[in-house]
Amino acid sequence: MAHKVLIPLYGDEVAPRFDLAAEVLIAVGDGSSQKHDESIMVLSQPSSEKLCQLILSEGVDTVICNGIEEEHYQYLNWKRIRVFDSVIGPWKSVLERFYQGDLKPGEILKEDMGS
Amino acid sequence: MIDEIPVGIALLDKDRRIMLMNRVLEALTGFSRKEAEGVPCYHIVRNRTCLKSCPAMGMGPGSESESFESDIINRDRLRIPVQVYLAPLKDAADHWIGFLETIEDLRPLRDLDAKISHAYGFAHLVGRSPQMEKIFQILPIIAQNDSSVLITGETGTGKDRVAEAIHQASNRSKGPFVKVNCGALPETLLESELFGHQKGAFTGAVENKPGRFRLAHHGTLYLTEIGDLPLPLQVKLLTFLDDRVVYPLGSTKGFQADVRVIAATHRNLEQMVRNGRFREDLLFRLNVVRLHIPALRDRDGDIRLLLDHFLNRLNSRFGKKISGFSKKALEILKAYAYPGNVRELQNIIEYAVNICQEREILPQHLPAYLTEPSMDTPETASDGGALVSPAVSGVDTSKLRSEGRTWADVERRMIMDVLVKTGGRRNKAAEILGWGRSTLWRKMKQYGITSG
Repeated sequence: MAHKVLIPLYGDEVAPRFDLAAEVLIAVGDGSSQKHDESIMVLSQPSSEKLCQLILSEGVDTVICNGIEEEHYQYLNWKRIRVFDSVIGPWKSVLERFYQGDLKPGEILKEDMGS
Repeated sequence: MIDEIPVGIALLDKDRRIMLMNRVLEALTGFSRKEAEGVPCYHIVRNRTCLKSCPAMGMGPGSESESFESDIINRDRLRIPVQVYLAPLKDAADHWIGFLETIEDLRPLRDLDAKISHAYGFAHLVGRSPQMEKIFQILPIIAQNDSSVLITGETGTGKDRVAEAIHQASNRSKGPFVKVNCGALPETLLESELFGHQKGAFTGAVENKPGRFRLAHHGTLYLTEIGDLPLPLQVKLLTFLDDRVVYPLGSTKGFQADVRVIAATHRNLEQMVRNGRFREDLLFRLNVVRLHIPALRDRDGDIRLLLDHFLNRLNSRFGKKISGFSKKALEILKAYAYPGNVRELQNIIEYAVNICQEREILPQHLPAYLTEPSMDTPETASDGGALVSPAVSGVDTSKLRSEGRTWADVERRMIMDVLVKTGGRRNKAAEILGWGRSTLWRKMKQYGITSG
């Protein structure tokens, strides 16, 4: 069964704030292996509400982001969407960790950021 | 050592990576020093401004520091308003090594603003003294019944505001609120103004006039300076309060007016009754609900609150950025007796905000009568006259130079001060006083002031 992951982006990294992200990555995999398709979507304007709408309309299962307000975090949880927040690092590494089953909320991938 | 400083501090390298942050910033962001080390600042602090256009991007060794307001989202998923200060950081040899960033949590300040503007008030009234709290508690109850109200209190205490607040909170709020100053018109004109007249009732009555009672139908009629109402009209008002019917001058046909009467005065009506200048039966009818607004000097702690309240309001009205009062100015303002009460306090702050070109209001920005010894002879309150009682006990009386003076004295002195400051230019003086030119001219005539 297809599993959709959405990551708000800031260049090559996970966007520091959910409400200010201007583009998002959507990865569609089968949920059991690392094989997946990636597509990047540019948003008409950054907005938490619009992003939540997009997440619901796209049928996203998991959101990986950094800073997110409690209201939107709870809303997505209520809609049965799994949220990994306060994740810091390049989105490619973050996604890889997610498919390996190693990603946790609050993860900071310092090595992958070159620091 | 930076842990002891009560604002969030971060030291960043040239690539905006965090090298060090203090304990306050750890608490504010929710990230530990160890977690944040080596991570770009925008991932940890998550400042709105930094993500849109980071001020550090264009900042070099010779750049000026920057300060701005913004917000952050912390690890607890809270959005926090902050004041950020960013400056280039140099080592002992004056080599540029990165940036110093301080982040101040603005929530306590915002909470204070909200408290000042909302918690300590009712409608446009502001106060947190026990005396005013009692009034705020009773006002909604008074508003909900339809009885006549008598508001007493010295000039400038806010009687008009209270009357309007009662109307706005009542079931009549969708109806009109009509105000009549009983002391402003001669008796004959006042009668026609209040009760209306029929065409041909007297010379010059060329058409029917409805009168204020009729205009206030389904609303509230506010009679201010009720103590100045002439005796014959007191009888007519008494008749209306008994049977609720208005008879316009020259008409035999009455009009059933559904009007709530609120009356106000700064005079001592009981004393006027004893002197035969006010009808006792009218006092009893108006006195159904009595509300006494305390003088400002009797309102514990309200002077400071009102000073800040008016300063904030006037700052935004005049586009100024005055942060507050100097210690000395505050001492003078807190020790003054305010015979003109809140209105006088507001006028003083308006004057000071206009004159002040500094960051804070200093004693020299205050009207001269506050800081110079008074030459005026104090007036004593006469029976039924304007009451200006002495200042509260416990205050250094040597500082209360205006003690015992009437509002007229204070106003006259204010006009003189402003005219001296503006070199006699009435336009500028009227602007500073917040009056129209004609008001200034009228008051100058009233006080016998000529500017040359």
